Amino acid sequence: MTDATMAYADGDPHHLRSAVAHVGPASKRIVTGYGFWIFILSDMVMFSAFFATYAVLLGQTAGGPGGRELFDLRNVAIETGFLLASSFTCGLATIAAGVRSKIWFQIAMAVTCVFGLAFLTIEGREFASLVARGAGPTRSAFLSAFFTLVGCHGMHVSAGELWLLTMMAQVFAKGFRADIQRRILCFALFWHALDIIWVAVFSVVYLLGSAI
Amino acid sequence: MFGKLNWSAIPFDQPIPLVTGAVVLVAILAVLVWVIAKGHLPYLWDEWITSVDHKRIGVMYTLLACVMLLRGFADAIMMRSQQAIAYHSQGYLPPEHFNQIFSAHGTIMIFFVAMPFVIGLMNLVVPLQLGVRDVAFPTLNSVGFWLTATGALLVNISLVVGEFARTGWLPYPPLSELTYSPGVGVDYYLWSLEISGVGTLVAGINLVTTVLKLRTRGMSYLRMPMFCWTTLASNLLIVAAFPILTATLAMLILDRYFGFHFFTNEAGGNVMMFMNLIWAWGHPEVYILILPAFGIFSEVVSTFSGKPLFGYRSMVLATMAICVISFMVWLHHFFTMGAGPDVNAIFGIASMIIAVPTGVKIYNWLFTMYGGRIRFATPMLWSIGFMVTFILGGLTGVLVAVPPADFLLHNSLFLVAHFHNVIIGGVLFGAFAGYTYWFPKAFGFRLQEGLGKAAFWFWLIGFYVAFMPLYAVGFLGMTRRMQHYDVAEWRPWLLVAAAGAVLILIGIIFQIAQLVVSIRHREELRDRTGDPWDGRSLEWATASPPPVFNFAIPPDVRGEDAYWGMKSRAQQQDLTKHEPDYEDIEMPRNSPTGFVCAFFATVTGFALIWHIWWMVAAGLVGAFATFVVFAWRDHDEYVIPAEEVARIDRANLAERRALAGLAGRA
Repeated sequence: MTDATMAYADGDPHHLRSAVAHVGPASKRIVTGYGFWIFILSDMVMFSAFFATYAVLLGQTAGGPGGRELFDLRNVAIETGFLLASSFTCGLATIAAGVRSKIWFQIAMAVTCVFGLAFLTIEGREFASLVARGAGPTRSAFLSAFFTLVGCHGMHVSAGELWLLTMMAQVFAKGFRADIQRRILCFALFWHALDIIWVAVFSVVYLLGSAI
Repeated sequence: MFGKLNWSAIPFDQPIPLVTGAVVLVAILAVLVWVIAKGHLPYLWDEWITSVDHKRIGVMYTLLACVMLLRGFADAIMMRSQQAIAYHSQGYLPPEHFNQIFSAHGTIMIFFVAMPFVIGLMNLVVPLQLGVRDVAFPTLNSVGFWLTATGALLVNISLVVGEFARTGWLPYPPLSELTYSPGVGVDYYLWSLEISGVGTLVAGINLVTTVLKLRTRGMSYLRMPMFCWTTLASNLLIVAAFPILTATLAMLILDRYFGFHFFTNEAGGNVMMFMNLIWAWGHPEVYILILPAFGIFSEVVSTFSGKPLFGYRSMVLATMAICVISFMVWLHHFFTMGAGPDVNAIFGIASMIIAVPTGVKIYNWLFTMYGGRIRFATPMLWSIGFMVTFILGGLTGVLVAVPPADFLLHNSLFLVAHFHNVIIGGVLFGAFAGYTYWFPKAFGFRLQEGLGKAAFWFWLIGFYVAFMPLYAVGFLGMTRRMQHYDVAEWRPWLLVAAAGAVLILIGIIFQIAQLVVSIRHREELRDRTGDPWDGRSLEWATASPPPVFNFAIPPDVRGEDAYWGMKSRAQQQDLTKHEPDYEDIEMPRNSPTGFVCAFFATVTGFALIWHIWWMVAAGLVGAFATFVVFAWRDHDEYVIPAEEVARIDRANLAERRALAGLAGRA
């Protein structure tokens, strides 16, 4: 038998012999978390399109107000504080789910929910005051980009709130079933990812934007 | 109450869409009545509509693609006949109708033919090739399919309710802004693609996770079949590119619905930003379509040459190189925009560089065939037809990648000929090769060869007759999307092109005939062993059609060309008599979530197009309710007992042993 036919028998026709033993499919928890990570990456790509748009349109105020006039950094700092704190309490909820403590899970999630609502309220008031001052999204391309980018993040947080409440109800009704634990993992990833995006929003939109 | 919707939305004065719509509606109703009268509805609901089986979903994707191919081709033949007639005359299609036709043709062919075709084949085959029982997220898979179907449905509703976009397959502003396109056509386009785009993204996430995290024991990355590699690359591109499309279309939606100024002429809007954003998605999209086709050709060429793929590692490298470089060439779609010679030069060079890994692939296929014992079955014919045709399309591609040449050829029919050359000759031929190659795996019987070969030859010759004249007429200065013209030199070429379209039509008729004849003669064409082509990868290691759990025992992979290795070992060591220990198998339960989601997506999409705000709210609430109901269910899996698994597997093993015994004596 020649070398080539031997290789056929081994199913390694290219003599790679480099393949490390692969143990088989990953566990459900890993698969779910991994898949959700990929979703988050795709979501970040979507945000990056809005960030790029904002960067392009930053100077296009069409004679209207720019960031220096409009942005209240103290307000945004408080807003940021609430969101970052909610990420911390969300982390506590994950730990509570890990040790299967229903009461601490519900408390931590409720606090996360309240912080998230506080964030949304401050953002909503900012938007309302801008519109009231005649600086709504239809005023200029810059404001279109601003409202879309920040609003897109806000819509994500709102969807996250809805998801958060659903998870609280699920844990209340069903307990820490394996599939619910996986959903808690995904929710936590989502919530923390929104924090990361907010850090970029804070830096690019508000800090860099208030230079214009 | 009904927003912008009223009776004037139905085009009573235009016979073509009205009659077509009526015929389609009657056909759909007839099928429905037949299904209900024959009592097939429970079967359809239980086995297909609510199925979360990747094989069923793959088949439904492919079916959707085939049906939409007929719609898209009807548009094509109308355009070809219009241009054949409309010399010094208006032809039979008024401009506003002609514009809708070319817009719908492009949109349908890319989003609802090419995309579902390749996603369907990936869905059907990849889990089998990886040796696993399903994709990573089976229910999500169903949601993805039904959202794609929603998009297709909305595009077709536009035929009779309202109108479709007149802006081309990519709605360039400012034409697509409300000022210049006040109708609902662009809105149909936008919402169809936003909804089906979510479906595509879901499919992409699912397949990436499947390839990266669900592989059977021993299936390391460098043992995966080539199709799995190209699936990985293509779906990575989906995950990275489709969000850009979603964002870009969302901006256009905001411009149109709420008076934002992303792409408007006034208040600082930037039209050129749209071109950049849309092509930052659009160019990777080209490779999302062609990479799976490359994978199919790799499988087919290797199987029908009876040899392992030549240069497997270089093929992997070429695939991943294309995956990365495809994000760096988008600007070549608008060299004429005026980005300046240095920027144009960089993107021109990048566009030529991306031809290099593609060239590597072509040589690998040729060397795989070299010295092989080639069987010229239909899938192999499509592959060889592809190689010749695609090289030509690649060469004209490199030509338009030269910015100075592009200034002459931009938006001419030369360009139209080029991208049809690569998409028909590449993606569609690949899809047809895969369709013929894996049909027996999906349904348990082969497609009739004679009619398949006839279809191939008509498609191949029809393609050349239809599109080579367009290269010529493009050089003669004819731009794309012309409703009528008065240049005498163009006429003969356009008449020849119309004849080519008729040849392709005959090819399609042969394909339909092939399907009908094959179903009627399915007993003679039955594939009893599950390995009709003497295949090399794991999908051929199970029965045709595979049982719902795919593999009774998860295969243990010992090397590349996993199934070929198993066959060789089994023959040498006489392992064929060995009986494995069967175990209970847990499989995901069927779920109507995908279908119900798509129902609400259709309602929401339609309501958004016509500004029926209460219906939008109702649709969204319904979608959230569906999500909660799904999340609330207690049993998401069912168990197939070991005896049942053993019974199904023994039947298939018996057939295989019989075949191995025959081959052994021969």
